[in-house]
Amino acid sequence: MAEEIEAATAVYGAILAGGAGTRMGNPDKPKQFLMLGGKPVLVHTVEKFAISGLFDAILVLCPPDWVDQTRDLLRRYCECGSDAIVVPGGAKRNDTIMNAIGYIRDHLPVDEDSILVTHDAVRPFVTHRILQDNLRAARQHGACDTVMPATDTIVESQDGRMVDAIPARSILYQGQTPQTFRVLELGEVLGSLDEGELSSLTDACKAYVLRGRPVALVKGDSANMKITYPEDMRIAASLLGEAHA
Amino acid sequence: MLNRIYRLAAPRVFEPVVVDQPLGPDSVVVRPTYLSICNADQRYYQGRRSSEVLARKLPMALIHEGVGTVVHDGSGALAAGQRVVMVPNAPREHDACRAENYLETSCFSGSGSDGFMQEYVVLPPERLVVLPDGVEDPVAAFTELVSVAMHAITRFDSLAHDDRSTLGIWGDGNLGFIVSLLLRLRYPDAAIVVFGRNRYKLADFTFADKTLLTCEADRTLRVDHAFECCGGDGSASAIDQMIGAVRPEGTLSLLGVSENPVPIDTRSVLEKGLRLFGSSRSGLEDFRAVAELYRSHPEALRYLGGLVGSVVVADSIASMNRAFEADLRKPMGKTIMEWLA
Repeated sequence: MAEEIEAATAVYGAILAGGAGTRMGNPDKPKQFLMLGGKPVLVHTVEKFAISGLFDAILVLCPPDWVDQTRDLLRRYCECGSDAIVVPGGAKRNDTIMNAIGYIRDHLPVDEDSILVTHDAVRPFVTHRILQDNLRAARQHGACDTVMPATDTIVESQDGRMVDAIPARSILYQGQTPQTFRVLELGEVLGSLDEGELSSLTDACKAYVLRGRPVALVKGDSANMKITYPEDMRIAASLLGEAHA
Repeated sequence: MLNRIYRLAAPRVFEPVVVDQPLGPDSVVVRPTYLSICNADQRYYQGRRSSEVLARKLPMALIHEGVGTVVHDGSGALAAGQRVVMVPNAPREHDACRAENYLETSCFSGSGSDGFMQEYVVLPPERLVVLPDGVEDPVAAFTELVSVAMHAITRFDSLAHDDRSTLGIWGDGNLGFIVSLLLRLRYPDAAIVVFGRNRYKLADFTFADKTLLTCEADRTLRVDHAFECCGGDGSASAIDQMIGAVRPEGTLSLLGVSENPVPIDTRSVLEKGLRLFGSSRSGLEDFRAVAELYRSHPEALRYLGGLVGSVVVADSIASMNRAFEADLRKPMGKTIMEWLA
């Protein structure tokens, strides 16, 4: 596969399926390994990337002790013959992304124009349109973040008890994923952060903002939900309609 | 595979729904790129079908005219990135005597099953036709309509007697234009006479030998065979005029859809020994014949390009509604959705 990829136009996907609690028999395991319809959530997400035809290679970053099981799940459930590469993730989201960049550097063609689309495994409802818009924006601006205009009023509180400020909703957005970057630039930016900055990092786009680098907005989708809480599985299942009218 | 389908839930109401769509080992996944709105879609969109039909068929994704790009091919017959026209008819059996589009067991996208307003369309490889490179996407989008005309002409060719000196076409809309054009190309020595109600539309039939307003048509004018491309309220008067104009033992090809029964002057039909036959939809062979026509007659593409009325970006429910509303207001031509949803 690697021989056929041109570094200058290469597009890689990194599906972030980290998280603790993957031990056998744990009813509270990460949501990406729970079944949605007839497949694990993670497999739906991988299929979405694979079917789009937009990627030269897809990495799945999973907990280190769950690599074989992740491969098993992809082999068993992925209908599009996915040859996604399963790579151990790190302790934090940032480490996991660094592992993805490391794998690409070591095993796949890469140069300063190669693109990496990072995405939460627990967002299986990502669409072709969002993926395509991410690629377009990242090629033009270097980095992009998928967002939705905030619909709830956001309240700021330093101590968690009293309201300090209520920022204008019209300039606030809620972050989704994918977040897309130039692979090597992302590695350089993340590598430049000190401990303090790393501890404040909630996502990779923030690293760009800390370094004053541009990040473009890409319109998300209200259905591109993150399956986080137990009740989210029920909401996700209810979003699925019948296959034929 | 999770796939988002944009179904018409009720007249003028589109609703996105995600389905877990199974992929077979031979399935081809196509990302639609340009979709073309047909009058049949408009009848659902506006709620002009009977309430029984609407209750039975909705919610359902509309659109049966479209082109797209292969993104995944389990069959090995096509390659990712290839541009293909999607064939909406899906036969479930083979019948040596009956064409696939007339079989009662066949399924049709945007009528019996979901149409092409989807994030991805999953089809078997034999329901996809590769087009030549020179075909512009907005024209490629309504290849299905061209295939319907091709199908009717192929049937005419096998059913009509050999005197094709003068061919009359009733209807100055999109279908009338395409049927007339294809007849012009297929029978270069025949006289092509087009009858219509609108002088400004007939002015665009530049390849025809003669165009006539139906209200001014010479009652003594005769044609060897006639094609009805009106449908709706215009069917009755057109068919009546055709029966009067066709020479004995000629054929009447009926292509226009009418929601109501149409009276026929059977006395004249009997006296003249006329043959009336219906023609509806098309099948794979007709699509292939159109692809071949595009290759052999590139001038046809220039004429067809004139039918592209507007291209509307469809990337949201609101823009899909805008496309259908724009299509409603157009006098003629095709409204194409550049599909980014």
